[in-house]
Amino acid sequence: MPSPNPSQPLPTVFPQAPLLALDTLWFQVAGTLCNLTCRHCFISCSPTNHAHEMLSLATVTDYLQQAEALGVKEYYFTGGEPFMNKDMMAILATTLKQGPASVLTNGVLITPRLAFELKALADASEYSLDLRISIDGYDAPSNDAVRGEGTWERILKGIRHLAEAGLVPVITVTEACEGATSQAGREKFLARLAEWGLRHPRLKIMPLLRLGAETGRTRSYAAWETLAGQALSAEDSVALQCASGRMVTSRGVYVCPILIDSPEARMGEKLMDGLRPFELKHQACYSCHAEGLSCRT
Amino acid sequence: MPHVNALPTRGEIEAEYRKVAFIGGIYSNYLALEAALRMLAPLRVDAVYALGDFGAFGPYPDRTLELLQKHGIPCIQGNYEEALSSGAEDCHCGYTDPRDNHFARLSYDYTAAHTAPEHKRWMAGLPLARRIRIGASEVLLTHGSPRRINEFLWQTTTPLPFIRKLLHDFECDLVACTHTGLPWHRLLDGHRGLVNVGALGRPANDGQTEVKLTVVEQDRHGLRIEVVPVAYDYETLAREMKNEGLPPEFIATISTGWWTSCLEVLPAKERAAGKF
Repeated sequence: MPSPNPSQPLPTVFPQAPLLALDTLWFQVAGTLCNLTCRHCFISCSPTNHAHEMLSLATVTDYLQQAEALGVKEYYFTGGEPFMNKDMMAILATTLKQGPASVLTNGVLITPRLAFELKALADASEYSLDLRISIDGYDAPSNDAVRGEGTWERILKGIRHLAEAGLVPVITVTEACEGATSQAGREKFLARLAEWGLRHPRLKIMPLLRLGAETGRTRSYAAWETLAGQALSAEDSVALQCASGRMVTSRGVYVCPILIDSPEARMGEKLMDGLRPFELKHQACYSCHAEGLSCRT
Repeated sequence: MPHVNALPTRGEIEAEYRKVAFIGGIYSNYLALEAALRMLAPLRVDAVYALGDFGAFGPYPDRTLELLQKHGIPCIQGNYEEALSSGAEDCHCGYTDPRDNHFARLSYDYTAAHTAPEHKRWMAGLPLARRIRIGASEVLLTHGSPRRINEFLWQTTTPLPFIRKLLHDFECDLVACTHTGLPWHRLLDGHRGLVNVGALGRPANDGQTEVKLTVVEQDRHGLRIEVVPVAYDYETLAREMKNEGLPPEFIATISTGWWTSCLEVLPAKERAAGKF
């Protein structure tokens, strides 16, 4: 691990992550369009960010056909806010015929009706449908400071609607929430989830990425936060999400869900174009390696 | 952290059968193993194979290992045998959640401390995989998957296209695995697919105290796969677990059939089907 010594020049050779198998296929299904403007969003999603556009059912279906031939194991949908995409339910119905699906949502568009439709989709498939809802605090003031005024109540409503429909979302909390990584913090969250009526409370704590809007809230990566000059063991490589996954956006195939704003992370148009190793030059690669970060549940 | 040990894509077929019983994770449940072995005669199977994870969870790990050796049951390594025989610091189970890892630690530390050195040496000599033939199907026996000893292959997150790729990459007709503790299978056609044989060591999170083994048979239509419940003296096991200071959460699972630990790794459908 390099030490934070600014007087020493950093090596310019970077390790490579092999693609062992394309197990996980991500879809940036809502592009970078979101109904919230979270202060820690690593791709700065907002109602007006058109860097990546929404994906249509036809586009997703095309990639699903490519994925079937490659033996992909699971599908993830993110944004932006996936439920802003008018094709989202049709996309999920199509995907769930082929494999398991997870949706990363902020939950605010989940009405009682949508929750029951999602439950019906989940019940109709032989594969799992997972919903993941992000919150960023134990209460309204801490959450709303990151996710925006009034979001706490709206998110909670979405969670309750899912619980009432019989679905159990995974709750994701980032380290923007103070103390979330401690044992006491976890227990506090799990107690909250039980209060909200979640029969099987499930929790995922995510490290922060020093990219996008987050750089304005806290900081960017420091120069020493890099994989320059490091060699990765076989086990370290397998642990990286780019060793087993790729991301599809309206702009093509990217190496992972994190680097869609980095032109060098674009691998091509077709999934086949992404079936090659990736040089871990980006400083966010440091987060994945050093903190064991995976966007998967 | 995932463990790397992809198997060779080809291998020799060691035997041919019509009907085989598979025993998944035994987790030191020697009483269930005794009960299963008693059941095998009426089941009229040609052979029985054990797919690893002989220790963990239950009491007196040596008793299970002695039974396996006494009956000459062909075995492969699970992540427990791989970890115990190499002196690893943890079980290489592949959990990522802190609560899952807490219970995995309790289980591994007890098992490592109570497994005889000669048994650990025996584990080191076990193969990672075996190949047999059942009827027309070439069957690859693995612990987690042919790709990783600790890969979790669950029913609702192991889709057909992925299974098709595994069979292609590892040149076989059927993959038999365990590691998750829940039995299921998915076939592409009459003689190709994947079977997770479940676990003999703890109930299948279904509210039943019986544990499961799986029988694979070639009949005139193709492969027939049957999950067989095994009743055993779980009350004695629970008493012995308590005497050995094993966690009350483990004892509750044995006594009720519902999983209470290592739940975070379950996919949505499997998690929703359980009590906790």
